[in-house]
Amino acid sequence: MNAPATNATNGMPAESHNLSVYVANKPGVLARIAQVFARRGYNIDSLVVSPAGDGHYSRMTITAQGSREGLDQVMRQLAKLIDVMRCVDHTGEDAVVREMALVKVGAGIEDRTAALQVVDHFGAKTVDLTDRSMTVLATGESGKLDALVGLLSRHRIIELVRTGKVVMARGEQVT
Amino acid sequence: MTTDAMDGGQALIRCLENEGVEFIFGYSGGAAIPVFDALVTTRTKIRMVLVRHEQGAVHMADGYARATGKPGVVLVTSGPGATNTLTGILTAHMDSVPLVAITGQQIRPMLGKDAFQEADIFGITMPVVKHSYLVKDTNDIPRVVREAFLIASTGRPGPVLVDLPKDVTSGPCTTDLHAEPDLPGYHPNADAFDRGEVVRIAEALARARRPVILAGHGVLIARAERELQLLAERIQAPVTTTLLGKGAFPETHPLSLGWMGMHGTAYANKAVSECDLILAVGSRFDDRIVGQQDRFCRDAVRIHIDVDSAEMGKMIPCHHTCVGDARAVLQELLLHVDALDTAEWLARIAEFRRRYPLRFRRKGGLKMQHVIQEFYRMTEGRAIVVTDVGQHQMWAAQFYLTDHPNRFLSSGGAGTMGFGLPAAIGAQFGNPEATVVAFVGDGGFQMTSYELATAALHRLPIKVVVLNNHYLGMVRQWQELFYDDRRSGVDLEGNPDFVKLAESYPGVRGFNLRRGADVRKVIRRALDVTDGPCLINAEVEKTDNVFPMIPAGKPLEDMIVERPRHRMEKPTGST
Ligand SMILES: Cc1ncc(C[n+]2csc(CCOP(=O)(O)OP(=O)(O)O)c2C)c(N)n1
Ligand SMILES: [Mg+2]
Repeated sequence: MNAPATNATNGMPAESHNLSVYVANKPGVLARIAQVFARRGYNIDSLVVSPAGDGHYSRMTITAQGSREGLDQVMRQLAKLIDVMRCVDHTGEDAVVREMALVKVGAGIEDRTAALQVVDHFGAKTVDLTDRSMTVLATGESGKLDALVGLLSRHRIIELVRTGKVVMARGEQVT
Repeated sequence: MTTDAMDGGQALIRCLENEGVEFIFGYSGGAAIPVFDALVTTRTKIRMVLVRHEQGAVHMADGYARATGKPGVVLVTSGPGATNTLTGILTAHMDSVPLVAITGQQIRPMLGKDAFQEADIFGITMPVVKHSYLVKDTNDIPRVVREAFLIASTGRPGPVLVDLPKDVTSGPCTTDLHAEPDLPGYHPNADAFDRGEVVRIAEALARARRPVILAGHGVLIARAERELQLLAERIQAPVTTTLLGKGAFPETHPLSLGWMGMHGTAYANKAVSECDLILAVGSRFDDRIVGQQDRFCRDAVRIHIDVDSAEMGKMIPCHHTCVGDARAVLQELLLHVDALDTAEWLARIAEFRRRYPLRFRRKGGLKMQHVIQEFYRMTEGRAIVVTDVGQHQMWAAQFYLTDHPNRFLSSGGAGTMGFGLPAAIGAQFGNPEATVVAFVGDGGFQMTSYELATAALHRLPIKVVVLNNHYLGMVRQWQELFYDDRRSGVDLEGNPDFVKLAESYPGVRGFNLRRGADVRKVIRRALDVTDGPCLINAEVEKTDNVFPMIPAGKPLEDMIVERPRHRMEKPTGST
């Protein structure tokens, strides 16, 4: 899935897009979808898949960089797949976009207070605590998580896991 | 009807019967034995045609489908049997041909363990199928078969793969054979289209002074030839087609420009580059048609009607697009268009025709064009013409005019050498009364010549015309024009004696043709053979070139109509 972005954008300005793809929950669906991106030289930045509806469907939230025209083409190709029910781009639209991160920080007793201030400021939580480490759980927009991670990296970050973005349309609209 | 006594293989055959299948083109093997066994135990009327190579089976099913409009069916075993179908599946996929390819597979518990003759054909074919199935439950067979045929043959048709593990076809099938499809995500856009956009298209047409209609394969698939002709005659617009669109509009009609593109007629290419409106119906603006994308009809109003929404804006941005079935949309359009006065434009086109006719010199050695043109005359244009890929393909398309749908079959999108003979066999199975002529090159013919055995066995009266220039002619032509005539990997020295090869199959007749003076005589003898295949080995000029030609990636305006004296720069466009 890692082709140069220039291939995908074709000289057009690249922007980050959040696509929500509602698919049949069947084997092979993810491969078919990944193939559409790979073929046209797009890198998938983040991908979240979870069961939806009565379990016969899955919701995929895909974040990818590319030009508007290029991604429109990708979306039409996705919509054409038999197992895809619908595909919507929520970029720049009225949508709630959130991500979750778990950050394991190597903060011992002496520098814990500073780390906890940061955690507190971002409305995050500590979910695991040992003598030499603490694990922080944070949710929010990706930019906020970036900032949190930036501040925590003054301590030693042992590991970091982010879920990738999930998206939901605001108001009555369905995603 | 419940079927407690049936196994999966038998259920499969019954389901194929319910789909109206007449022929299965196949090749057996371990993982497919339960299905082959069911062909016997069900006493089905479906005829199994045993081919000589799985690629041959797929091209046969493809030729059958193109010539009849019905989906072709392939049955092969797992592993190498399945992978041998790949080229054929790609070929059908590129040209939107309805196919159902059934592959045997290892038993379920062995999947993913590199078991004997296991190939992940579901994964391998994923980019070249319209859809695919790996069936895990015998009771899914009826629904999967129904869905496979529905998907293959509706909307924009294409190949569907059904991979059947051997324990699935051996296990009991206890479900109703008449299953409903369950395809909530499949919207083939049959009749729903934007009527407002059709009105706007009609308005655009009314303003046009120099309109051209470009008809693609989609017109044939939608059976919209009649509507297309009514429209063209009403607005007096000249019609050109794509290579695969040959037959969508009678090529002998005064408004026909023949087919356009890389080796299309010069007058079609001229007309398209001077038009002020292009109405493309059922075409995907393939690179062989448009040349340089940003120059194609740059100043014209561009209109695109196609059933596949993913084709909209893919190659050429258009002012008006309408996603829908070609026939339904044209019917609607006919309600809104009035006669147009295009006399001046048609006069200009007549001038193009006079200045740039399709022609060839009969002097010198025997010409492919000569053989093809005589075939056209002597069959009165009524044959089903099937081609292989190369120079002969282009000349066959130029000199065998096509007046009727599904009478010119050629591998367009994939350009698959080896397509010709097996596709002709499939076409003949589907049309036993028709004269089927396969124009093949000496190169491509040798890729699937083994299927002469299949044609011989079934006594199919196919005329195989090997246009033998002892070269991979089309590649040699590119080397001559763009690479200083450095010939590399194109000399077919070592060709067999094709007549002897043909006659070594029981009941196949062979004729040599070496001189222009003998063309009619030899064709007559070939046409008189009705009880089996025959082959003409036509020893043609070795280094002739196909013109007109638009170098790949160049705009239509850069078309050349004869060999330039200077060396040309290497093409920047696709192959
Ligand atoms: C399977 C395959 N391999 C290679 C090619 C590339 N190719 C296109 S045309 C051509 C030459 C075909 O030679 P021949 O069949 O003798 O026909 P001719 O051009 O001489 O009429 C080749 C090699 C192809 N189209 N298909
Ligand atoms: Mg040749």
